[in-house]
Amino acid sequence: MPTHTFRLNGEQVSVDTEDDVRLLWVIRDLLGVTGPKYGCGLGVCQACTSHLNGKAVNLCCIPVSDVGPDDEITTIEGLPATVGATGDANGGTLHPMQQAWLDNDVAQCGYCQPGQIMAAVAKVRAARAEGRELGDADYDEIRNVCRCGTYHRIREAIAQGAANM
Amino acid sequence: MASGAAHDGGEPPNEPGNEPGNEPGQKPGKGGRAHRRPTSRRRFMAYLIAGPTLVAAVPLVSRTLGSQASAADSPAAEVGAASVPSLPEPAEIVDLSDLLTLAAMPTAELIKVTMNTDGTASFALPRAEVGQGITTSTAMIVAEELDLPVEKVHITLADARPELEFNQLTGGSNTTISTFTPVRIAAAAVRARLLQAAADELGEPVEQLSAIAGQIVSGTGAAIGYGELAAKAAAVADSLINVTLKSSDDFKVIGTPQSRIDARAAITGTKTFAMDLTDREVPGVKPAMVCRPPTINGTVRSVRNTATVAAMPGITDVAVVPTGVAVRGDTFGQCIDAVRALDVDWGPGTEEGASDDSILAELRAAELPLAVPDVPLLAKTVNADFVFPFNSNSPLETNCAVADVKTASGGGSAAVSAEIWGALKSPIVAQSAIATAVGLPESEVTVHVTEGGGSFGRKLFFDAALEAAQVSHAMGKPVKLMWHRTDDFRQGRTHPMSTSRVRATYLPGALGAPGSVLTYEQRHTSVGTDFSHGLGDAITALAAKLPVGNLTFSETIFELSQQTPYDFGLIVDQTLTEVNRGFNTGSMRNIYSPNVRTAQELVADKLAAGVGLDPYTFRKKHLKDQRAIAVLDKVAERGNWGRSMPAGTAQGIALHPEYHGFVAVLVEIDCTAATVNRTIRDARTGPRVTKAVCAVDVGLAVNPRGLEAQMMGGIMDGIALALTSSLHLTDGYFQEGSWDNYYYTRQWNVPPELDITVMPATSDSPGGAGELAVAAGMAATACAYARATGTMPTKFPISHDEPLGFDPLPTVPPIPQSPTDGLSRAY
Repeated sequence: MPTHTFRLNGEQVSVDTEDDVRLLWVIRDLLGVTGPKYGCGLGVCQACTSHLNGKAVNLCCIPVSDVGPDDEITTIEGLPATVGATGDANGGTLHPMQQAWLDNDVAQCGYCQPGQIMAAVAKVRAARAEGRELGDADYDEIRNVCRCGTYHRIREAIAQGAANM
Repeated sequence: MASGAAHDGGEPPNEPGNEPGNEPGQKPGKGGRAHRRPTSRRRFMAYLIAGPTLVAAVPLVSRTLGSQASAADSPAAEVGAASVPSLPEPAEIVDLSDLLTLAAMPTAELIKVTMNTDGTASFALPRAEVGQGITTSTAMIVAEELDLPVEKVHITLADARPELEFNQLTGGSNTTISTFTPVRIAAAAVRARLLQAAADELGEPVEQLSAIAGQIVSGTGAAIGYGELAAKAAAVADSLINVTLKSSDDFKVIGTPQSRIDARAAITGTKTFAMDLTDREVPGVKPAMVCRPPTINGTVRSVRNTATVAAMPGITDVAVVPTGVAVRGDTFGQCIDAVRALDVDWGPGTEEGASDDSILAELRAAELPLAVPDVPLLAKTVNADFVFPFNSNSPLETNCAVADVKTASGGGSAAVSAEIWGALKSPIVAQSAIATAVGLPESEVTVHVTEGGGSFGRKLFFDAALEAAQVSHAMGKPVKLMWHRTDDFRQGRTHPMSTSRVRATYLPGALGAPGSVLTYEQRHTSVGTDFSHGLGDAITALAAKLPVGNLTFSETIFELSQQTPYDFGLIVDQTLTEVNRGFNTGSMRNIYSPNVRTAQELVADKLAAGVGLDPYTFRKKHLKDQRAIAVLDKVAERGNWGRSMPAGTAQGIALHPEYHGFVAVLVEIDCTAATVNRTIRDARTGPRVTKAVCAVDVGLAVNPRGLEAQMMGGIMDGIALALTSSLHLTDGYFQEGSWDNYYYTRQWNVPPELDITVMPATSDSPGGAGELAVAAGMAATACAYARATGTMPTKFPISHDEPLGFDPLPTVPPIPQSPTDGLSRAY
């Protein structure tokens, strides 16, 4: 069985599994990092959205053999550290987008929210790279499903989070 | 423990003469807002349970029929001066919430609030948290009566407790209604006992002490933390204690907006759902999935390649179970590969060949005739006929559960014990069914309730928990069993197809005076909804006591949940007829109400036009209850009802009464070509609700921020049901297999403007919140669409008969492979 090495939330990890196992399962089932969620396995619901080298990806659609030792995968668990924050579930400072989610009390069941936050951060970064801020048209492009229907608070939180990024 | 003492008669004793005040003159006057009735401080009894730390307990019962002010008391005749008053319907006197509460009374067991020595309090809530926010509102209720900061209250979800019988069902938006008072009593008992312990410790009279934010404070300046007192206050023997609840005027926490207690866990990825359990919690557990039949409820005749699949990378086991062929492996990805590789000879399902058209024809044949009422010759008639195709109640977290069935000598041998983890809204029924399925006494089946990733009715049933137990039993190994998204749409439970026929008569206006509505009849005909998750038992137990006669479970729930909020004349008659079929069905958020009330609200707009009134004025004139008028007025005001709007756009307004609450929704919709024809890949665009305004009165809103969240979500559901989301049945299976097929509301369908008002309290007790807004959201959207286009829609969602907009996934193999092009879609 091949060994795959990549960086996960700032640490080098190695795992033995078949080449075609998607990163979502490598990270959840073999490495026990459960922030990214399964909602379809089809690249549709976006609940597994995480960052690969800073860009948003669906982990359910990437075979583990597509990444190498220099590739950095950031899940929701690793998001605070990307801005030098040290907070976690128990306290401390968070990424501005996570803080905006708290301030707007966005989550209901919470299942989709790690993916929503990771998508939001990437959308802000992409817009900034184009020299602009997000607006309603950008929110309309976000494909992440929230079956609790928290969409409106998500929009409000992204606006706040972006302002603090 | 003092469980025996808990059976001494239902509601905790209430001192005579201390009933809530209800003085004459407190009733709301015409046109005015209802005022909250002042309450005197109510006294109750609670139990102290002997042990090392302080534990107070009460039976889990709260209100009685007698405490429920009948809507018939409302000044309907005054309010609807120009309308013909209708007799109260059953749901106005006893509704589903009351039924669930009543069902608990004779058998209720104790719930306990524990004071820990670290200064925190703990309470195991015998309900399921699936996003509706009940752990937060319950923490607030405990914090209120205990004078402890909310963050020091730990709420967990109780394991299945069979002694609670009917009282561990999370449904009907009943949690806060039924637990509000018992939880308060238990918390107040803890507080009283802490005060006494501090008095003993300080040698001061208890009257000179106060409980403030987790400390008992003396007038002399001395202070002792609750944690320090917890052991000293512990009871040496089970005993009874008198407690007094706070007056609602003294509430400091209840009624204030609070953020969810689990929000931080959710947004840091640490909130633990069933599939997040690992072998740290369940040693040896591995992923498992089931290869399911190509048609609904098909059966396994044989498997042609078991050995080949069992030898696939990562796969540990293959076993036939009642629902298909189960595989277990190191990763879900490898399970998907194995499911796709299985070569199964499938037997027929329970709905072979069925289609939307064939089921509709069957419903048509079962429809009861509308009676021709005896009305004056000059009366006019509105006839309307609506069709509601199947919907899915699938949440984002698919059906899933962890099961560890220990066996005597390996897979398939006699089971020795079972332990289950899942988001279960009926854990006692699940425990019983699992015990039967694996051949164990219930006492050997432990059922843990985990946090749920949404429910919307789906988790009233325990399909995945039962299946996980069967798979674990067959393999003799622990499994975390998960349904694929495609399975969840195609084989998961549905809200069944229904029709609604309405006939109403009215006298048209004349000489500048508005006319009046004379009669209203509605015949709802539906494929049967499965209520066999415990609610049925509650109804059986109480059927003879209810004013609904000898009806089926479904008919009873229909009668208890459907209210016509309007005075529509002397005949107001709504009935349900069911056609039982082989579908997997269940409740979907708000059950019958979205469809039944959307039909009624659309007809209300027709009647408004007939009698010569605009939709808002017509509703206001015919509403029976002052609280209903207040929420209607609020949305009309905040939504600027009647403002001039461009062609192809319009407002719609609707109201819904349920769960002891009222909600009104006003929406603005854009049906112009530029909006309807927006092109977004793999999406249903169509008309867009551009603004939604909502006002809600649930009596007492424990957590207004949480209530707003439920209204927001309910409106998103209502928009989906009106415009985009349905299942298409063809050739015995549902075509939809992903979220890009089943068009639940997505960001491109979301109203950019949303305005929600939580009305000031109109009661001292909370109503239900989780489902309330769906019907009003759907109805307001439908009414707005009708006004924008000039055509009343008669099939929902309005897009159901448009081209599918996707290529249906194959049925063999039953689930699709995950894409491999994720890198190319990075952004």
